[in-house]
Amino acid sequence: MTTEYQHYRDKLKCSFEQIEECFDDYIQDALRNLTNKGVEDYLSGASLICMIGRGWEPVSIYLEKMPQMAQQLDESILEIVSKAVWDMSRSPNGKAIPPFMQCLPEAARRLGTIDQMQHFFDILNEMVENTTTSVHGHHKTHSSQGFPVLLQQVPYLLSQLSLEGFKNWVEYGTRNYRTHPGRQVDYFSLQSADSKAMLQRERHGTLYMDNERKLDMFLRSMWEDESYFVPYSLGFDELRKPIPYYDSLGIRVPDVYDDLNGVSGIDRYRLTIAHIAAHRRWTTAIIADNFSPFQRVAIEHLEDSRVEYLMLKEYPGMKKHLLALHPKPVEGDCDPEKESCIRHRLAMLSRAILDENHGYKNEFVLDFVERFYKAVEENDGSSTKEMADIAILFTARTRLQSDQSPNIRFENTEVDYRDDNRHMWMFIEEGDEEEAFDDHRDAKPEELESDGLPPRHYPEWDYGTSTFKPDWVSLYESVHPSANSKDIDVILDKHKALAKQLKQILDMLKPQQFVRVRYQEEGSELDLDVAMRSLIDYKCGAQPDPRINMSHKHDGRDIAVMLLLDLSASLNDVPEGSEQTILQLSQEAVSLLSWTIEQLGDKFAIAGFHSDTRHNVRYYHIKGYSEHFDDTVKGRLAAMDAGFSTRMGGAIRHASHYLDAQKADKKIMLILTDGEPSDIDVDDDQYLISDTKKAVDELSSKGMYSYCISLDKKADDYIQDIFGAGGYSVIDRVEKLPEKLPLLFTALTS
Amino acid sequence: MTDIDIEQYKITEEPFYEAQEDEVALYEAAYEARLPVMIKGPTGCGKSRFIEHMAWKLGKPVITVACNEDMTASDLVGRYLLDANGTRWLDGPLTTAARIGAICYLDEIVEARQDTTVVIHPLTDHRRTLPLDKKGELIEAHPDFQLVISYNPGYQSLMKDLKQSTKQRFTGLDFEYPDSKVETSIVVKEAGTDEETAGKLVKIAHTARNLKGHGLDEGISTRLLVYAATLMNKGIEAKRACRMALVRPITDDADIRSTLDNAIDSIFG
Repeated sequence: MTTEYQHYRDKLKCSFEQIEECFDDYIQDALRNLTNKGVEDYLSGASLICMIGRGWEPVSIYLEKMPQMAQQLDESILEIVSKAVWDMSRSPNGKAIPPFMQCLPEAARRLGTIDQMQHFFDILNEMVENTTTSVHGHHKTHSSQGFPVLLQQVPYLLSQLSLEGFKNWVEYGTRNYRTHPGRQVDYFSLQSADSKAMLQRERHGTLYMDNERKLDMFLRSMWEDESYFVPYSLGFDELRKPIPYYDSLGIRVPDVYDDLNGVSGIDRYRLTIAHIAAHRRWTTAIIADNFSPFQRVAIEHLEDSRVEYLMLKEYPGMKKHLLALHPKPVEGDCDPEKESCIRHRLAMLSRAILDENHGYKNEFVLDFVERFYKAVEENDGSSTKEMADIAILFTARTRLQSDQSPNIRFENTEVDYRDDNRHMWMFIEEGDEEEAFDDHRDAKPEELESDGLPPRHYPEWDYGTSTFKPDWVSLYESVHPSANSKDIDVILDKHKALAKQLKQILDMLKPQQFVRVRYQEEGSELDLDVAMRSLIDYKCGAQPDPRINMSHKHDGRDIAVMLLLDLSASLNDVPEGSEQTILQLSQEAVSLLSWTIEQLGDKFAIAGFHSDTRHNVRYYHIKGYSEHFDDTVKGRLAAMDAGFSTRMGGAIRHASHYLDAQKADKKIMLILTDGEPSDIDVDDDQYLISDTKKAVDELSSKGMYSYCISLDKKADDYIQDIFGAGGYSVIDRVEKLPEKLPLLFTALTS
Repeated sequence: MTDIDIEQYKITEEPFYEAQEDEVALYEAAYEARLPVMIKGPTGCGKSRFIEHMAWKLGKPVITVACNEDMTASDLVGRYLLDANGTRWLDGPLTTAARIGAICYLDEIVEARQDTTVVIHPLTDHRRTLPLDKKGELIEAHPDFQLVISYNPGYQSLMKDLKQSTKQRFTGLDFEYPDSKVETSIVVKEAGTDEETAGKLVKIAHTARNLKGHGLDEGISTRLLVYAATLMNKGIEAKRACRMALVRPITDDADIRSTLDNAIDSIFG
């Protein structure tokens, strides 16, 4: 250390020898970038970090990186950072200090302003605050498990997400895994599936998923072509970015495109697909074995140019986007002494073919542009074969010793919208090409054995963020096991008197909806309104309407019903003043109701559900719309059993997709439950209630009615929130259920 | 019944019509034999124009009735009206046509209710008569009378289809949008635009027709192409004219709109 900086060194209260060695450089950098006040803050900040006792590394990062950050953002960052580190060292999260310091420079580079940086700190603070837990008392004692892993992911996350997206992603993890350290780590280290899914959702740019239909239409309408699109992610391969291609399984496109050079993401998708569609239309595969790798690259470039030429003849408007995206290699940029210029030359040729104002002087390029145009214009678009001939000539004419160099110049030669052209080669002999590996893939893994349908995934509404959690609930559907159908007959027998009474009501119900048919030329009676109008028309000399009669007709009932039964464990309770469990009473009630509806002839299905966390919602099929209330169905009813919890939203969503498929004027979903929605993996009562409400809202937005019959005496607290006024009844005396339920149904539908 | 002015139904100037195939000869043969003709095809492909053209060519009057679902049999055959002296019979368009020997053209026949369409039955077979049961009169059709119906099999619902008994009284001509070359020349002649622009318009129409059944009920019709060309003649910039005449009328679907807008940009450059 030179004496020149001694008085600065005195102000830095830190005695690590590693610091000693580099202090000169640090302080020079600081003096260059900071004001006097800034240098003061810088040194006192470093002293503060030195005092926390976390080794020399945090201090050296601070000393090394902060001057630049302060210059880039604002000098106030010096104090903010040292203060934040100090606070951290006083909390259980001291371990996170090194990764915190490490992520700062990258974060500053990505975020760019002090305000953004401040937001970023706020987000981290809130996350730490919420995930640092205490076991006893109010002092936070357990460190946040997710925080250090999160900090390690910060550079990657910020490269993928806007700050807002980052915030949403972090908050989602905090909210859902606050109480579960293990899963917290999985989430914040980007290991768990929903963490990746959330990341995907928050990504910037134009997402493939949002535009799938548009792109499908684009291919169909402008190229009269049909194919599947298979999106791949750019998020996970850092070394070798995949590029678009197509094969018999479909067209592979990236899952997201940012705007580039003034071309919007959706237009980049369109160009990529147009390029591929052009290949599909005009390229014929040729045999690859006789060409050297360089020749092949050249052929691919010229063939790309050819299909683009043909494409532009058809759709000249695409040219401006192509020009914006095609790289513009600068002549002479590549030094053949040092690197291989093969790609650079070809990119120049390709640019020159596309852009008449290329301004290149290279005689080969000019000559071959001419040859290219001569070929395509004289031979009606030419052919892949002819391009191969020109390309081989080009490689022969322009060959240089240095082309063989492993150091190939890639900069400014990659054409963003082009695919990898694997489709244009046929291989006679299997060589050491990558494709050869595909042929030796193992036989398909054997189908997993399963005893039912694959799970269906449904989203769940999170009222905290007012968003859907994607694919949150896994629902398994199966046919309800059967037992002795005679049991149900016994029940029906027991309620014979009630059945008789019901029958009377049903007979009154049957002729439904007396409908008036107006505007008839011939009808059963005169429709006075219309008749008066016609008379007035006539008196005025206008053409009178002769259809002045009306008639009546009976309109049949056209109702589809879905009865959804809550089969949670609480059904095994025996209510006060009754000898039967709620389950038995429900069984009786449902049997009677089924009998009633069968009598009325309405379309009718029964299903039951219970849940054991979001990963296992069971949905039991008891009666389908096409089944009658016969012994099979009775058998299933007789086997009704109770267990687990009540996660209602997913079950309602699943049941509604069956109900929705029915053709009927009125569709009703009846839900019979004995308590509020709950599940063992949810602590927040309000969460499942609001999700159920959302599911019910979805029902009504699709034109289906919902009605809840609750056996919970305390249901008044929440049930109106879910089903709305008039959308439910609470049955206080559960033992009355068997007679109440069918009556309720008939009242509802008459 | 001499007070009907036949001249008003005659077409005096030649309506422009570009034949796609041999439909003119086919129609002439059918008319020669007075066979009823049904013309099927998507909207705006030139069905009505074809009939006008043929009526002009044959020098016959044509009475056009646009059918709708509120139309009754009386609206076709006629009805009694009250007036100061009692009642008076008023012929409907079908009756008039049968009396004066006109071509009666029922446009979009499937829109009419099925009980209405059966009144045409006696006119369309060997009888060639029209009984007016309310009036107690049996009209023998004029030797020149011919019945032509048209409908668009594409967009109607399954509920709206002709009865077999009705269908089997007609000879049929299938109309499609003309092929690019013919359609281009139609747009050129009809709107007075240049060949190149017309060709581009036709290309846009083809992109939209590829989407039929994938979100579009019906592609862009020749009629709309003529509209677009007309707007351009009025000095509207090509892309704007296409958006106004070709895209906005046919769809409310944002995805389709953006796809077609992109096609317009790509084609007009």
